Amino acid sequence: MVLKPRLEDIKIIGYYLGKIILGLALAMLIPIIIGLAFGEVNPILDFLIGIEIALIFGLILIKLCFTEKDLNWMQGMIVVSLAWLAAMLLGATPLYLSGHWKSYLDACFDAMSGFATTGLVLVQDLDHLSYTHNLWRHLIMFIGGQGIVIVALSFFVRGASGALKMYVGEARDEKVLPNVIHTSRFIWLVSIAYLILGTLALGTVGVLNGMKPINAFFHGACVFMAAFDTGGFAPQSQNILYYHSLAFEIITIIIMILGAINFKMHYHLWMGNRREIFKNIETKTLFITVMITFCITAFGLTQIGSYPKAIVLFRKGFYQLISGHTGTGFMTIYARQFINEWNQLALVGVICAMGFGGAVCSTTGAIKMLRIGIIFKALKQDLKRIIMPERAIVVQKFHHIKEIFVEDRQARSALLITLAYLVLYGLGAIIGMLFGYPFINSLFESTSAAANVGLSCGITDVNMPATLKLTYIFQMWAGRLEFMSVFTLIGFFVAVIKGKR
Amino acid sequence: MNNNLAPCTIFSRVACSLRRVAYYLFSFAFILSPLMCFAQSISSTELINNAKEYDGKTVVYEGEVIGDIMVRGDYAWINVNDNQNAIGIWTDKDLTKYILYTGSHKFKGDWIEVTGVFHRACLEHGGDLDMHAQAVRKVRQGRQIIEKLNMSKRNLAFVLLGVLCLVWILKQLKLK
Repeated sequence: MVLKPRLEDIKIIGYYLGKIILGLALAMLIPIIIGLAFGEVNPILDFLIGIEIALIFGLILIKLCFTEKDLNWMQGMIVVSLAWLAAMLLGATPLYLSGHWKSYLDACFDAMSGFATTGLVLVQDLDHLSYTHNLWRHLIMFIGGQGIVIVALSFFVRGASGALKMYVGEARDEKVLPNVIHTSRFIWLVSIAYLILGTLALGTVGVLNGMKPINAFFHGACVFMAAFDTGGFAPQSQNILYYHSLAFEIITIIIMILGAINFKMHYHLWMGNRREIFKNIETKTLFITVMITFCITAFGLTQIGSYPKAIVLFRKGFYQLISGHTGTGFMTIYARQFINEWNQLALVGVICAMGFGGAVCSTTGAIKMLRIGIIFKALKQDLKRIIMPERAIVVQKFHHIKEIFVEDRQARSALLITLAYLVLYGLGAIIGMLFGYPFINSLFESTSAAANVGLSCGITDVNMPATLKLTYIFQMWAGRLEFMSVFTLIGFFVAVIKGKR
Repeated sequence: MNNNLAPCTIFSRVACSLRRVAYYLFSFAFILSPLMCFAQSISSTELINNAKEYDGKTVVYEGEVIGDIMVRGDYAWINVNDNQNAIGIWTDKDLTKYILYTGSHKFKGDWIEVTGVFHRACLEHGGDLDMHAQAVRKVRQGRQIIEKLNMSKRNLAFVLLGVLCLVWILKQLKLK
């Protein structure tokens, strides 16, 4: 029997949601500072309006739903899933007011793409967008990559035991430190330290490449946020192709890989435990899957002779592949070149890479390396059981910070999430085909949206059907939250309608 | 003297002149054939979608210069947007000195016409889809965009500020 949620449940959800919305409103102050620095009057007004709307909603929710009770698991999950939808709707307001998005739906699409660190875009005339709005596009990636709730946990929540529920609900099933608030703060510390280093590196290369210093460092900060949070937005319409620079591409590859690594691994690297990187199942699996998918892609590209020189194959083939594998979505080719100049084998290599993703507890989306590693180990264990004598005790273990024995429970969980992702990739592909797009194009774009990658073969366009835009928004949202929060929210609505008191 | 020329000589001279004219016309057409094939400017979408057809050919492309002019030694990269896509142009540094405005939020960039060789995957530049400019001509000068305060946005901001103050006061009253 399904129980109808009580008013108390709704009040608790509303109260915490209100707090997160207030956090989002405060985040909008950062673009205003940039707007003041560059003297951009109307963009500042867009953000003032955005802040006011967010504050009104946040304060009303806090006032109406005031409670001192803590969250339970169900409420925590629902707060997270609703917080992401609220962030999309409110974060899209200043974007839409800029006039660079044709409709509010398009602005919501880009806002969700940013928060979910996807990188698919519907923005118009990006090359004339203000610094203020451009910073916001990249900042929402930075906020979304760390986790919207992580922001609230780090700065607004003190000692609430409900914090753990929201932390887990945001697809972070591992704690770096015993306390989730300390973990959240560590994630921010790592991210800000890398932000400073990455901006300096990219800005310096930009200046050496002939960019104006102010532009070079602004682009450096934006591209860093998009790379480390495996987002894929860039300040110019040509994405990374704008810079025409090998050095810039190499630095972004390094940042993308850093973003795809588990924050727990970062912690061990910071503590001087460098051997962990060579022993960890995630880094080993990442290395193997990158090699396999690159071989497939390179073989496909060599078949048609698209890129005859090794350096060209690296800058076009490997770059799109690693960008897809880490879930970033930076591009050094035009979207239509995937379809016009790459054969299906090369595209399959990139689709597989996008579908695999990076590490758990990182900023990437998709199935993730730990799950793939566990599934492979479980398969190996089962094969050993078949081959070896019945009396033999077969144990399989893997190294992930410590030695862990493979258990059926872990394998089942990894398989379930993998299956959910495969269904999500397939669902988007079928909807794409219903609108008349070819199979490989639909699968490519759908995988890119659901795995929060952002590579596009040209389907994502301002003229694509609204239903497809909504489909991709749903895929980006569900893919980023790894389903549990979304399933809980759906269950909650079912309980509201069908539940009994 | 000319009147004494035989008719056959006059005809042969005329024929000779016509042959010469035809020869020059043919030579002119042959030398400029790549230019003449695509003398009209081609859109970026056309170039990207049919990159294999245009690869290695001389084309004319026009659009607005956007972002930075990135000088690299004696050459420079400029990115030119024709309102559909932006394409990178590799050009002699001297050809860029007449570009005064580049497109950004506050500036409308110069609109230029570039004649050059199109590359689907330029081997010199890591496989970039680009153009190597032979000639750059400014079609229209860019300008500074004067930003005027949007009054309806300002009014909306004031109304929302009022609502926000009201909500804040109500919240404080409830707490008391």
